[in-house]
Amino acid sequence: MVKKILSGSYITLVLFLLYAPILLLFVYSFNMSREIGIWSPDWGFDLYVKLWNNADLMETVVNTLVLALVAGFISTVLGTMGAIGIYYSNHRVNKAMNELTKIPMINAEVVTAISIALICTMFGFGRSYASLLIGHVVLTIPFVVLSVIPKLKQMDNNLYEAVLDLGATPTKAIFLIVIPEILPGIISGFLLAINISLDDYIITSFTKPSTFKTISTYVYDAYAKGGKSSSVPALRALFAIIFVVMIAYVVIYSFIQNRKSKREGSR
Amino acid sequence: MNGLKFSRKQLGIPYAVFLIAFVVVPLLLIILYAFTKKVPAGSETFTIAGEPVSFAVSNFSDFFSKQANIRVLFVSFGLAIITTVISLLIAYPVAYILAKSKFNKGGVLLILFILPLWINFVLRTAAMKELLYFIGMYKSNSFSFVNTLIGMVYDYLPFVIMPLYSVILKIDKSYAEASADLGAKPWKTFVSVTLPLSMPGIVSAVSMVLLPTTTSYVISDTLGNGNVTIVGKLIETQFLTMHNWHAGSTIALVLLVIIFISMFLSGKFTEEKDESAGRANLW
Repeated sequence: MVKKILSGSYITLVLFLLYAPILLLFVYSFNMSREIGIWSPDWGFDLYVKLWNNADLMETVVNTLVLALVAGFISTVLGTMGAIGIYYSNHRVNKAMNELTKIPMINAEVVTAISIALICTMFGFGRSYASLLIGHVVLTIPFVVLSVIPKLKQMDNNLYEAVLDLGATPTKAIFLIVIPEILPGIISGFLLAINISLDDYIITSFTKPSTFKTISTYVYDAYAKGGKSSSVPALRALFAIIFVVMIAYVVIYSFIQNRKSKREGSR
Repeated sequence: MNGLKFSRKQLGIPYAVFLIAFVVVPLLLIILYAFTKKVPAGSETFTIAGEPVSFAVSNFSDFFSKQANIRVLFVSFGLAIITTVISLLIAYPVAYILAKSKFNKGGVLLILFILPLWINFVLRTAAMKELLYFIGMYKSNSFSFVNTLIGMVYDYLPFVIMPLYSVILKIDKSYAEASADLGAKPWKTFVSVTLPLSMPGIVSAVSMVLLPTTTSYVISDTLGNGNVTIVGKLIETQFLTMHNWHAGSTIALVLLVIIFISMFLSGKFTEEKDESAGRANLW
């Protein structure tokens, strides 16, 4: 009994510490005070209106989302093709490609960042949207490949052979059989890629054009070196929105996962 | 579809080309830059990207001869090690309780611990800064190091809880029961049975935290009030402010060697247990 209470309160304490900064910003997103800690008498949705009217910040949000979607899409297409290719290659190629795939995950982000900046300068498009995109694809593509390969392992190989026997071309067989079978892996790879791209600061700062901003670089510029929220109070509203969207997303996602596993369980 | 025929194997070609062009060749470029130096036009051995350079090892002696750089290396590794140890100490009981308890039905409670990871990393760090201001941790500059440490533990805690949780969950209950039947006290059972069995989780947690905390300078820049410099920041400064790409690449190469050695060592520990996939499983 004592053990139960102890472990319960420990879990609660750690959860509280994890959420304390988030809740603080969430609460203060409804308060107009210039600074967190000084409670202003007027509160409401003013900061959200400010966020909406802050053209610079809104452009940053759109930039971030577009970059994540485009990079995620390229990573998913290229990574899925790569995963299929790797999986059906002979043992040596398979092993070598697997090791290569892991490099960007193992490597320190700042090393990846500098290496991409070097190669893009070499090719003559250093610090452009292209180099930024390449950086994000390099960063996210291993996650796509690693979420697709397990699905390929689960797939029944006879299906592909059967369709070929029935006269389909290999190309057609891939679109007809392989892609639908591994679709869950492709989708989760895509979502992962988007999430990682949204999160990134270091590669972005090494490869982006100088005037381009993402949420990460915007917040970094506002907060690094002694800055705090008084510089841009509207960021509190942005934070609260991201938090709510993420909660909604995770709830919906786990709801779908749960239903799927229940359906598969009853089969 | 006659003009567009390809087999499954050939689908991998664009990916292989991409990896070679943007992962392998860039790493070789780092080595090239690290061992070369910008020289006045005319005395060059060759040019990279239109810049006259010649071979030199002085980049390395320049880096290691500066007292400040050595200090930064010590601060980086010190911070990373302390962060890892504190994170493990906080996370292990959490993972253990979550894995054993009944109120974590279907991992719902676990999701609560992972959820903060979905918020932008820089924003999360900024939120921590607001909290630290709120409780008065910025009244003195002497808190800079502690603030950075708090931020690092805060940001990486979910990365430690996850692998520990999944390993502890898989430990067969009968081992602990056998140990108890043979007369071991609960504490003894934990130390000599459960803890050794959760070693793979500890190793993969360490490998997920140690490196990013050594090099990812976002947290130290945001929370350290300009008083905490880690090795990743040195590369950024050389690269973005000093525009000395050769010096930047030199530090990057030093890091690469360290990463390579530590990967080799931890690979011996885990025996080809696909651990980089662990990070993919987090989300």
